[in-house]
Amino acid sequence: MSTATPSRQPVTGTAAAPRTRRPLLLDLYGTAVGKKYAMAISGIALMGFVLFHMIGNTKMYLGAVELNEYAEFLKKLLYPLAPKESVLWILRAGLLGMLALHLHAAWSLTVLNRHARSVRYQSARDYQEASLASRSMRLSGIVVLLFIVWHLLDLTFGVVNTVGADGEFVRSEVYANVVRSFERWPVALFYVVANLLLGLHLTHGAWSIFQSLGWNNPRFNAWRTAFARGFAAVVVIGNISFPIAVTIGIVSV
Amino acid sequence: MTRTVKNLTLKVWRQNGPDDKGHFETHVIDSITDEASFLEMLDVLNERLIDENKEAIVFDHDCREGICGTCSLMINGQAHGPQRATTTCQLHLRSFNDNDTIVIEPWRASAFPIIKDLMVDRAAFDRIVESGGFITSPTGGAPDANLIPVPKPVADAAMDAAACIGCGACVAACPNSAANLFVGAKITHLNLLPQGQAERYKRAEAMVDEMDEHFGSCTNHGECSAACPKEISLDVIALMNKDYRSAKFKNRKQLSRK
Amino acid sequence: MTMLQDRPTDTKLISKVPDGALADKWDNFKANAKLVNPSNKRKFKVIVVGTGLAGASAAASLAELGYRVDAFTFHDSPRRAHSIAAQGGINAAKNYQGDGDSVSRLFSDTIKGGDFRSREGNVYRLAQVSVNIIDQMVAQGVPFAREYGGLLDNRSFGGAQVSRTFYARGQTGQQLLLGAYQQLSRQIGLGGVRLFNRCELVDIVVIDGRAAGIVTRDLLTGELTSHAAHAVVLATGGYGNAYYLSTNAMNCNVTAAWRAHQRGAYFANPCYTQIHPTCIPQADETQSKLTLMSESLRNDGRVWVPKNFDETRAAHEIPEQDRDYFLERLYPAYGNLAPRDISSRAAKRLVDKGLGVGPLKNGVYLDFADAIGRLGRNVVEERYGNLFEMYERIAGENPYDQPMRIYPATHYTMGGLWVDYELQTTIPGLYAAGEANFSDHGTNRLGASALMQGLADGYFVLPYTISNGLAPLLNKTVPGTDHPEFKRVETAAKARFQGYLDIKGTRSPDFFHRELGKLIWNYCGMERDRNGLEKALTEIPALYSEFKTDLRVTGTGEGVNQTLEKAGRVDDFFQLGTLMCKDALTREESAGGHFRVEYQTEEGEAVRDDENFCHVAAWEWTGDENNATRHEEQLSFESVQLATRSYK
Repeated sequence: MSTATPSRQPVTGTAAAPRTRRPLLLDLYGTAVGKKYAMAISGIALMGFVLFHMIGNTKMYLGAVELNEYAEFLKKLLYPLAPKESVLWILRAGLLGMLALHLHAAWSLTVLNRHARSVRYQSARDYQEASLASRSMRLSGIVVLLFIVWHLLDLTFGVVNTVGADGEFVRSEVYANVVRSFERWPVALFYVVANLLLGLHLTHGAWSIFQSLGWNNPRFNAWRTAFARGFAAVVVIGNISFPIAVTIGIVSV
Repeated sequence: MTRTVKNLTLKVWRQNGPDDKGHFETHVIDSITDEASFLEMLDVLNERLIDENKEAIVFDHDCREGICGTCSLMINGQAHGPQRATTTCQLHLRSFNDNDTIVIEPWRASAFPIIKDLMVDRAAFDRIVESGGFITSPTGGAPDANLIPVPKPVADAAMDAAACIGCGACVAACPNSAANLFVGAKITHLNLLPQGQAERYKRAEAMVDEMDEHFGSCTNHGECSAACPKEISLDVIALMNKDYRSAKFKNRKQLSRK
Repeated sequence: MTMLQDRPTDTKLISKVPDGALADKWDNFKANAKLVNPSNKRKFKVIVVGTGLAGASAAASLAELGYRVDAFTFHDSPRRAHSIAAQGGINAAKNYQGDGDSVSRLFSDTIKGGDFRSREGNVYRLAQVSVNIIDQMVAQGVPFAREYGGLLDNRSFGGAQVSRTFYARGQTGQQLLLGAYQQLSRQIGLGGVRLFNRCELVDIVVIDGRAAGIVTRDLLTGELTSHAAHAVVLATGGYGNAYYLSTNAMNCNVTAAWRAHQRGAYFANPCYTQIHPTCIPQADETQSKLTLMSESLRNDGRVWVPKNFDETRAAHEIPEQDRDYFLERLYPAYGNLAPRDISSRAAKRLVDKGLGVGPLKNGVYLDFADAIGRLGRNVVEERYGNLFEMYERIAGENPYDQPMRIYPATHYTMGGLWVDYELQTTIPGLYAAGEANFSDHGTNRLGASALMQGLADGYFVLPYTISNGLAPLLNKTVPGTDHPEFKRVETAAKARFQGYLDIKGTRSPDFFHRELGKLIWNYCGMERDRNGLEKALTEIPALYSEFKTDLRVTGTGEGVNQTLEKAGRVDDFFQLGTLMCKDALTREESAGGHFRVEYQTEEGEAVRDDENFCHVAAWEWTGDENNATRHEEQLSFESVQLATRSYK
């Protein structure tokens, strides 16, 4: 009889006692499936943002006045009903909250998944279905996050923008700021690369939303991939057109 | 008919117990026929190891006709090897080329600890079923089988999901060691049927909660479905997610009525 | 009542079939059976060994009633049991098709199919409860095939003129087992059942003539443990693996039943084994098991072999005049649909003559060229697409382009532990259910009846009969695992396993299994004769003594050692093989799956000897596998007339 291995016990009474109930949303967020809901819902919010951000920025092609007026308009959303910038700040706060949720869920799922296979495969995997997009979600996500930080420092805070003619960064001169920024080719290149990765992130993410939220219906299942790719393509083409337009001189001061 | 004979090099994972570090061991298989199945090749190797007074390689297997779900094996980085919709026991050497090197590893997931060599413990699957993967119907009290008609498309969809053999390839193939395909398949099978409605939401909540204790999370790669010997669709995961969300609301509502 | 023999039934073989008309017997039993009060049920512990259809359903049902149940499986999970591999379906006398089915028709079909060698009372009860099984399994969530209206669909099967087979695609066994497994899982979760997985029964402990418990070996640690109980149920399946190559799973074995036999349970009709005609033939020497192809293929496929011994052309190049459609030639009325045993033997004779096809010349063609020509490829694909795919996966040939090759293989054993009406063996307190008992199938089981019997035993028979057996034990003490007999059996079992390790010979257990299988297949397979059986009875013991001196088991007795597990199982197959041949030798008649060459008509049909062999042969262990004692339980038939089967 083995002394090295302790005797095994029979299996019985394994049905878990119901978990203690926490507030509904926390309860849902407590499981991996719930966190995927958080990923999907925050993903939808962020997708909405990138789409409208891109559409708004196409104003650039109408000239400096139009773009700068659009920026002004955003500040005056619902004004005079609400004070200036109040709605914008609510939107910003919501967006930041969604981003934080997206990041937290992604982080904790990553930790969970690492634990779920503490010893990795010792030989090379041969993936069948997992796409470049799905497997690079973490990488593309991190690059996009870094890009957002840069982007804010560049065009919102002006910290890394080239200083304007009067020596000051003027935030409201959106058009000029954009042009000045993209005239530096490394910046334009970074912008293009980051947006391509955003596109990659979206092709998997936008499809994933349907699965994570359980939106599955033979009527539209075939369209889910097309939607994701189409959405990613629209956002990416729109976004990368800006630095290219600046670089080749279509848009200039 | 001519019979094709092959020479193969195997790199097999050997691990003496759960706590052993383990290593690959290389064996050369000379002139084995195409007709041999993958596991029969391991049988041949084991006979030779016994001849050489060495311990045979431990691997799980039983029915060898693709239905019991006992066999496993990561073969050249693919769960159940290169042939689609095929368990390792039904994989034949026809799927390989002469002089191929084949790397054989056990399933790897924290929920499937290695017992010895290529044998792993998949008890976590049983725990999930015990938590709610059933329809409560004590022996003897069942109404007539034709009392509740089940539309054919519903019965067919339930059967598609019920085809799961519980082999664990989905977990093994998943980059995150998630068991969503397995759990989704069982939830879909039972939740689609009229007989399963009474416990529908309780089941979804209990099984997903139990799954969470053992496995990683789904990131929609689709590897599970590609590795599944029964080609179970990713749709079952969507249904599970939907029912889990509904469960969180409906079960709370029911509890608050008490 | 037809009493054909004036021989006495052995006193230990009292079937305890209740009085009354056939249709009332089961009701009478239930009306008079002793019950255990709900609050007393938890005072009783029942051990169930095996978690296939019979074991899982019995364990779940007994736990639901309130008994404390310990369930044992050598698999990692109860869901792996080989019931899972049954393809075709499950019979039930529901008469949903309104085509004239009834309990009595299912009963008489089963009796006739079994060639009048089964017990009327048991078979009638089986037909009665078949109806409840379907209700139970549908409630359990088994996704049986449905008509468009949502009602259950049925198909027809061999040996019956009605459509009474319920099915779930080609995976009926899997779906039923999962239903029972889920019900069992619920009880494990609730604490009603304690599951011991990867735990193999190695012995049964009998104290004062009563089953007191079992000794098991933990397959992960090698540890031997005793378990005491008020009753022990063996639901451990059949012994088809004695042939080495069979459609059974690799780990199916006779150990539990054989140990029961050695401890005093009589083993009934060991020579009744069923050979299935449509399996994929052996491909090479490495072959470890055979795969069954659904019998339904014979509806559209034509079976043939070449007429020339030295035929080398590919199948489609062989012209019509050089082909022998032997089933159509020999059995014009039934043609390619001749019954299992008859088709199997016809194929065997031609292959033995040297007319076989395939690289090893060990099969016959099952040709769909005509069907494809007549029906079109689409229709054939719709009917048999998944089977064709399975064939291609295994044989590597496309059946649309070249004929399938098929050959008969062992797939079910009708023999098993002798049990009475209550499914109790000759050891009080020890029950056997499912394929492990000698069952209700006589000499030949009809298609789709194995699932029916397993579930009937587990769900609807054992829960009643076990209560009847346990009630008298209330508040009486039974021996615990501290009883010296448990220790003695444990020590003996330990010594047995150490013994295999200590032989240190040169041959692996698989080698001996393969050789033993060949002997049993050749001499006690599809056709048996006196010479062959006598030869087997000298050759098997010779090989067995070689096994005892030349076996090599590497590794140790601690931790996982599949070679050691195999050695123990092969050891028991040797002893069983001897008994199979002895039983075949002493049954001097042909009936169903037992075909003695000496007893056939000119056309090659089986000739029964109702005068001398209308009985169950139950063998008693005497301590030496070569000298078992034969006992008889006489069979009597009240409601069916003994007749000769004819399929001309």
